[in-house]
Amino acid sequence: MAAVQTTGERTLNKLAIVSVLIVTMIFLAPIYWIVSTSFKPRNLATTVPPTIVFTPEVSPFVKLMLKRSQLREQPTPEEYAAAPWWERLVFDGGEKVVRDGKGEVQLSGYPSRFLNSLIVAIISTVLAVSMGTFTAYGFSRFKVKGEDDWLFFILSTRMLPPVVVAIPMFLMYRTFGLNDTHIGLIILYTAFNLSFSVWLMKGFIDEIPKEYEEAALVDGYTRMEAFFKIVLPEAATGIAATAVFCFITAWNEYVFALIMTRRDAQTAPPFIPSQVGSGLPDWTVIAAGTFLFLLPVAIFTFLLRRHLLRGMSFGAIRK
Amino acid sequence: MTEIVLRGIQKWFGPVQVIKDLNLTIAPNEFIVMLGQSGCGKTTTLRAIAGLETIDEGDILIDGKPVQHLKCSDRDIAMVFQSFSLYPHMTVFENIAFPLRATRMGKADVDKAVREIARVLRITDLLDRRPSALSGGDMQRVAIGRALVRQPKAMLMDEPIGALDAKLREEMRAEIKRLHLKQGSTTIYVTHDQVEAMSLADRIVIMHEGVLQQVGSPEEVYSRPQNLFVAQFVGSPVMNVSPAAVRDDGGAVSVAVDATVPGFPFPRELLGHLNGHASGGALAMGIRPEGVLVSREARDGYVPVEVHLIEPLGSYDIVDLKVGEAMLRARTSAGFVPAAGERVHARIDPAQAHFFDTASGQSLGVRL
Repeated sequence: MAAVQTTGERTLNKLAIVSVLIVTMIFLAPIYWIVSTSFKPRNLATTVPPTIVFTPEVSPFVKLMLKRSQLREQPTPEEYAAAPWWERLVFDGGEKVVRDGKGEVQLSGYPSRFLNSLIVAIISTVLAVSMGTFTAYGFSRFKVKGEDDWLFFILSTRMLPPVVVAIPMFLMYRTFGLNDTHIGLIILYTAFNLSFSVWLMKGFIDEIPKEYEEAALVDGYTRMEAFFKIVLPEAATGIAATAVFCFITAWNEYVFALIMTRRDAQTAPPFIPSQVGSGLPDWTVIAAGTFLFLLPVAIFTFLLRRHLLRGMSFGAIRK
Repeated sequence: MTEIVLRGIQKWFGPVQVIKDLNLTIAPNEFIVMLGQSGCGKTTTLRAIAGLETIDEGDILIDGKPVQHLKCSDRDIAMVFQSFSLYPHMTVFENIAFPLRATRMGKADVDKAVREIARVLRITDLLDRRPSALSGGDMQRVAIGRALVRQPKAMLMDEPIGALDAKLREEMRAEIKRLHLKQGSTTIYVTHDQVEAMSLADRIVIMHEGVLQQVGSPEEVYSRPQNLFVAQFVGSPVMNVSPAAVRDDGGAVSVAVDATVPGFPFPRELLGHLNGHASGGALAMGIRPEGVLVSREARDGYVPVEVHLIEPLGSYDIVDLKVGEAMLRARTSAGFVPAAGERVHARIDPAQAHFFDTASGQSLGVRL
């Protein structure tokens, strides 16, 4: 690296920063759109030109969580005054909160879908990453007969778009009663991610010098202990990177979730657009659902960002 | 107090045999250095003793007990790797404590043992650091500390200072020697550096292409090499070896390295020692550079030669002498021969000459 920058270099640097800023803004625009829409009053959501300045409100989030129906008659002032703040927000939108026979508030379909997404994505990620790590370790450290063929076979499972097998999978799942079950989706997503996880983890584990484990073996540990005490901590970066990718894939998956689930195990991605079609679409509620759906991935990626960065450049430099 | 016996060890890597019928007994507390070029099987032997490599035939006995079927964790042997192999995610303290943790030793005892070994190795102030923050020499000390801490039956070292720079190597060499004298555990040390071997070893084991060539004290392998390989592998600068013809013209016996020049005079008893090999023509003479004596004036028994090249090495010079078509390297005091191209006179010290059968490569054991 040059110790002293020339004027030309400085200008170039500034230009680079400006262009990066522009590109970042282009990428962030849709996210801004969703976030801002999720805080808009309903009547401002679809204005042309778009409303930029508005008083943010939380009513889209309240509506997202609650089961609602159209108001046939306006609530009496007493009813309105007695209602809690969130129910008033629903009244203001010309709707009322649906209650069951005992007067308990009914939740909308969103919270359970969101929970399903979390269950399916987390469990399938843990399974894919752990199985992938073990498999990769085996391929990396031991002589496996036909190693290249096996690895190619594992990779080949990703060579055709998953949609191609959607119908056969659906029929198989119907036969085994796995349709609309958590376990069904978990198996499916684990299988999707496994090949990716094996290949990525193999790259990481190959980079960990064998001597570390040999040292641990000589130090009096079994191979399994050496794996858990030495290889796993060393592979933490790779595991984090792999986990982020697997989680995002499982979290975002739409097609199989749409085909394989209806209600009990339905995840958020097929649910959110299904709300567009029923009655007049309330874009603010859809935006609120999308915004909340973005959060787990964003948080997960943010927490692991250091590992992710290191993971991306891993193996690029010979130590 | 551990004795290690290798008995008839054979090892193949696919079709390649890397260890060929190796037999060796290592006495308790002995410092053995295995010396050889890369690929000679020395590291494989070491890894086989550690249990990191299986053997195809033979027995490895530690204190009389065969261990070739035991896992490395059950052999109670410590090893220092060339790459140090310090666990990067642990501090120095944790690295040294790691082997003790495998033994389910109490926390206080672990702490005591680690601090004691750190004191011996003078790394107490480094205990909280990570390996990445250490210098090469300190990494090496930590690696040795990790190996020594649980007082293993034997220490194996695989080129432990090969990755250090020359000055540090010298320092660490002395340190390893000091530690061995102090701790006195059976040690097997693998290296391709003969200076390390000579300075550290009680006995040197020289290997070539999977075959043990010679076992002996540094002095023995240097002054009584059993074959041409050992003769040319041990010693720096390398021993001169050239085809030799013994001439016997009645009174005087001489050995010529080139047919066109007069031979170097040798005592008559050489003929008896050579025992008929003199006439076969399959004879090679080896002489270390310090056995080639150089004089600037013509003297009795000296042969005129031409100086081809001078390598000044500070405390001494290595001078390449042209004897007819053959070359002899001599060691002279610094600046003894002023310039290449000069004509000087050389003689061979018969007491330092070695004779080999060129067909078998074996030494004829001539001592004059």
